[in-house]
Amino acid sequence: MNVRALAKGGGLVALIVVAVAFPQVFTNPAVTNYGVLALIFATAAVAWHIFSGNTGYISLGQAVFFGSGAYAMGIAARDWHVQGTGVFELLPLCGAVGAVIAVPFGLIALRVRRHTFIVVTIAIFFIFQLMAFNFWFTGGSSGLGSPFLTWAPVPYNQNFYYIALAFTAGSVVIAWLVGRSRFGLQLRAIRDDEDRARGLGVKTMRVKLTAFTVSGALTAMIGAVWFYYLNQVEPQTGFNPLFDLTLVLMVFLGGLGSISGAVLGALIIEPLSLWLNTQPAFSGSLSEVMLGGVFLLVVLFMPRGIIPTGREYLTKLRTRGQPAVSAADADGAAAAAQSASSVNSGGAR
Amino acid sequence: MAREIITAIVDGILLGGVYALMAVGLTLIFGVLDIINIAQGVLVILGAYLSYSLFTKAHIDPFLGLLITIPAMFVIGVVIHWAFISRLRGTERTSMTLLVTYAVALIIEGILFKIYGADNVQISPRYVNSSAHVLGVYIGWIYIWGFILAVAGVAVVYALLYRTRFGRSVRAVMQDETAARLVGISVNKVAALTFGIGVAVTAAGGMEFGATNAFNANSGYDLISRLLSIVILGGMGSVGGALAASLFMLTLESVVTVWQPTWAVAVYYAALVIVLLFRPRGLFGRKAVRAQ
Repeated sequence: MNVRALAKGGGLVALIVVAVAFPQVFTNPAVTNYGVLALIFATAAVAWHIFSGNTGYISLGQAVFFGSGAYAMGIAARDWHVQGTGVFELLPLCGAVGAVIAVPFGLIALRVRRHTFIVVTIAIFFIFQLMAFNFWFTGGSSGLGSPFLTWAPVPYNQNFYYIALAFTAGSVVIAWLVGRSRFGLQLRAIRDDEDRARGLGVKTMRVKLTAFTVSGALTAMIGAVWFYYLNQVEPQTGFNPLFDLTLVLMVFLGGLGSISGAVLGALIIEPLSLWLNTQPAFSGSLSEVMLGGVFLLVVLFMPRGIIPTGREYLTKLRTRGQPAVSAADADGAAAAAQSASSVNSGGAR
Repeated sequence: MAREIITAIVDGILLGGVYALMAVGLTLIFGVLDIINIAQGVLVILGAYLSYSLFTKAHIDPFLGLLITIPAMFVIGVVIHWAFISRLRGTERTSMTLLVTYAVALIIEGILFKIYGADNVQISPRYVNSSAHVLGVYIGWIYIWGFILAVAGVAVVYALLYRTRFGRSVRAVMQDETAARLVGISVNKVAALTFGIGVAVTAAGGMEFGATNAFNANSGYDLISRLLSIVILGGMGSVGGALAASLFMLTLESVVTVWQPTWAVAVYYAALVIVLLFRPRGLFGRKAVRAQ
């Protein structure tokens, strides 16, 4: 053990304390609202990372799961007359719906390689949006409302904050376990060279499909939470093309291939876009323009994202002015390399 | 019933020609630059709004206005390529360009909303509502003129590709970029011009789309998903495939609409999914390149 590992552990504890204390310090519902939505998006971004970040197959169809989870909860609560906090017991069902959708979706979309995959996910996304508009049980274009929760505004947001936080933590743990497992290695082998991975005995279709299903189930559950939080889902908000783009933007801003990058990106982008929407100067369509502009800046000037770029910068700072290899320095470099490979589930490219 | 189906088939083919023109631009861009231009849909809408503004503000006939809008869209395409796409390098280039074009689409859409608002508009010169009566079937003149325009546009693109020196460079880059570079082709220039041409065709497609449909800035999403389906079905990078696929898809949708207006679009996407199950590279797709 050394100082750096201790610092990392301490940082993690501090992060957890801050995350837990946040709604206790800022009780204003307008502020906690930012927190809830940011955590919901963080969960969705980590779920995206589990499949797309690891395999390099960019999915623009995550909204299929998000919307399906929301609709599954709405329909189940309506038809089975579930009320109040009992609705949360439907969450595993929503996850199952996401998984059940992910299997045929994946079987179709994962037959094709990268570019085409992206487009097929978009096409399937539009089929789902169309179904949400036109099926008899989805409430058409006016969508579905959720059962009423008799919580006062302050604990309402706080409770949802902790639910969303639990989901974020859970998905981070899952993503971390996936990243350091043999399964995660197989996924990254597919990213680097799919044909070679298959040649080495990776059952590529099965591995990709498993990751896609896990990602879909998580996204569906958080979609259901999102729905219950907002009390409302319409076809164009549940199955929102911007949702996918926003997720991808978050991950690219934070750093493609790293879990911390996905979380960080969500925690920056979602509050920012919520705030932009409240500013009269950027109201309506201009917030879209801003989102696109931020995106372009990120892709052009920091294509690898905050976390990898920052880590590189830190390493440079640390090694500057110490050209002679001392024992302590070599130790530090080894520890840095180790921590880099354990934190960054993307691993060395 | 029989008459309705015949009308539907004719409509589908005529509309398919217009979609073919837009899809050819998309597939060309993919073939040469290896990128998927998500902005194509909203660029079509931009082209439509340009024609709309020229028609309502300056009273220039939409067909005549193409003399202005096609060069304008060409310049926009070259600028987009220069500003954003030519700057991307590296292994993640394809996914990055996809995101960049998506961002460009968002920006254009936001600006169009700001300028024109959310109301649906339509380009409506006098002849939009008059129709020809051929063999017992009524066909709108605008569809006929649009089809002729689209055929002319596709013919121009074909001639450019197969009858000019520039076209030979384009095809060389499509086949093997490195080899093309080695024999002295300026790949960057070819890429910029191809992107410009791919975008320029949206001026004509957009004018026609705007004259046959009410549209607003949001219509781009629907369009791009259709265009992408067509391009994938035809095989990405195949110009002939895009032509065949757009005629097939639009006719299919038009015929299904006779029975089931709400689900016609779903049939359209379902056809894509079914074809991909059996031929993952599309109907006329090129051989897969290893580790793409």
